Amino acid sequence: MDFVLSDDQQALQSELRRFLSNTVDHDRRAAAMELPGAVDRELWSELADMGVFGIHTPEDKGGVGLGFADATIVFEELGRAAVPGPSISTCLAATLGVPGAADGTNVIGIVGADTLLVEHLDGLDILLMHHDGLVERVVPPTGTLLPRPLDPLTPVSRVERMPAGEEISKQADRVIRQGKLLSAAFQVGLGQAAVDLGTEYAKQRQQFDKVIGSFQAVKHLLADATVSLDVARAAVQAAAVALDEAASDGAATAGRSMGVDAARLVASEAAQRATEACIQVHGGIGFTWELDAHLFLKRSLVLDTTFGTVHASHAAVAATL
Amino acid sequence: MELAPTSEEAAFGDELRAWLAETLPTLPPPPQDPDDWQAKRAYDCGWQRRLHDAGYAGISWPEEYGGRGATPAEELIFLEETERAGAPYVGCNFVGTLHAGPTIGVEGTPAQREKYLPGILRGDDVWCQGFSEPEAGSDLASLRTTAVRDGDEYVVNGQKIWTSHAQVASYCELLVRTDPSVKKHAGITWLVMPMDSPGIEVRPIKTLVGVSEFSEMFLHDVRIPVANRVGDENDGWRVAMVTFGFERGTAFVSELLGSMRLVDDLVAIAKSSGHWDDAGIRQDLALISAELDAQWAYTKRNVSRAARDGNTGVGGSIFKLAYHETRKRLGDVAMRVHGRQGLAMGARLGEEDHVEERLYQLSLSIAAGTAQIQRNIVGERLLGLPRER
Repeated sequence: MDFVLSDDQQALQSELRRFLSNTVDHDRRAAAMELPGAVDRELWSELADMGVFGIHTPEDKGGVGLGFADATIVFEELGRAAVPGPSISTCLAATLGVPGAADGTNVIGIVGADTLLVEHLDGLDILLMHHDGLVERVVPPTGTLLPRPLDPLTPVSRVERMPAGEEISKQADRVIRQGKLLSAAFQVGLGQAAVDLGTEYAKQRQQFDKVIGSFQAVKHLLADATVSLDVARAAVQAAAVALDEAASDGAATAGRSMGVDAARLVASEAAQRATEACIQVHGGIGFTWELDAHLFLKRSLVLDTTFGTVHASHAAVAATL
Repeated sequence: MELAPTSEEAAFGDELRAWLAETLPTLPPPPQDPDDWQAKRAYDCGWQRRLHDAGYAGISWPEEYGGRGATPAEELIFLEETERAGAPYVGCNFVGTLHAGPTIGVEGTPAQREKYLPGILRGDDVWCQGFSEPEAGSDLASLRTTAVRDGDEYVVNGQKIWTSHAQVASYCELLVRTDPSVKKHAGITWLVMPMDSPGIEVRPIKTLVGVSEFSEMFLHDVRIPVANRVGDENDGWRVAMVTFGFERGTAFVSELLGSMRLVDDLVAIAKSSGHWDDAGIRQDLALISAELDAQWAYTKRNVSRAARDGNTGVGGSIFKLAYHETRKRLGDVAMRVHGRQGLAMGARLGEEDHVEERLYQLSLSIAAGTAQIQRNIVGERLLGLPRER
């Protein structure tokens, strides 16, 4: 057992963090909000060059060929920058060998067959649909772009009906499992971005002639958020390592292992706690559109509904008890 | 990142399981009276002796002090396997094996190590901790118990509180003020106080659970040889803190695994009583179970950090905050499932008394650093927020 990031994983994390902090900042997110329905194609190809979409696709299929645990590290970083666009779907499509996924030429969405709401519909090149253990490729239907999406960085269109598709894989269960965990990793990143933003503010903002971060009532909000996130991060990574170890030689991890749905529950809770703490610490300004805190919260709420809902994960965990 | 055990770790676990399977059936039954501390002492020390004879005593202590020198991962396996097998807990030997012993190992003289450590490892000597005082709780360094030098002895006067197992201890690790004229952290000294010294009065405190797990200690002119001082005079604060530097992330493993078993027990009770049809109970237990699994993953992270860096940083505080919050909700669900069966102690399935546990869990956010102090540690040391005071 050695459950800390390896040197390679630390390098992957810091390289991506540096890239994203220079590339996807407040201004770039604000610009993305001005392109309703579209996806920032320049950003897409930059992300592809960083290996984001091909991270878990074998090298002979045009990917980077790293483990799924590495993918959770990557998507936590994407969450930390609240990177707009269907990056999780595109990454998972690459693992299915969908053309143009790993190299970023295509923007790819994945939804369940039971929905009429599709994220980023107008910006998609390819739409995949999962149902009954199958992944199907569908011709993207036309839809109506909804004027007020929950998350301004996640445009949503309503379609009349999902068209029938063409089967491309029977690995829907694997894709959903991995989609849940990458969503959870992204949520941990969103939560961390919120705690960082809140902490920075709490060190500067003065009231009663003191920085507010010195007040325990404020400090403890941020400490509690940090506790939830740190534990959730370990949970997401443990679930991912368990998947990798089961896939590599079938060797079960010793003792009780971290389940995907359980990891998703704690990551969702942690992200909500952290993003709301950030808003609370900022006071009035936290309730405005100006601060990015609302983007972190809203994206996390979107991710609560992708690849099955968090609500369904409660039932899934209960079914294991 | 790897979770799978190495071949050495797997072999350690196999050997331990075999020993537990052979040894546990030969143990005497645990004492039934929760307030019979002599019986508890005898039981806990009997277990410690068996650990010693099999080479498992002082599992994390270095071999040069008579320990096993196990890695943090092996210590985690030890705690997991003994819990799973239903082996006794460390009990009365908590302070000796996990605090006073390791402190003497690092800070004591060779003569002190030779005098005190074998008795801890063999289960001959129980230790207690004389740190907290009525006026020195979270602000421990403000302690007032005085020690005045008189020849080759210190004369100690004052009062200690929350001293676990004082009524059955052979020795006490004692913090005293030797210099009242300097800043509070600078005038403290760490002494070994034999509990049979004249002038010690122990008064048990009844907790809200209804048992007397700890005591007040009144010290009147207790004479302690200068030879019993560990570290230099007035350097006791550093000596007392040194063990925190070895925090391996394993402090609450038995607690955590016990809570996982409590979830399983409650599910079994709820399924037979019909409470499992209640979606609220199912949802609460699902989230609690997910959180406990996450905390188990976090424990493995802490243990791995300790193996690499020698300690867990603030990981111990983070674990404790996460765990007690989950544990409190678990206790609430237990009471909901038991309903009127919870009107008396004895509502249980398996080992734990669920009603007693519901009450006991209130101590988790108070003992060994309150939740408020832990949050300050996370906020100040990890996030870099300024102190309030």
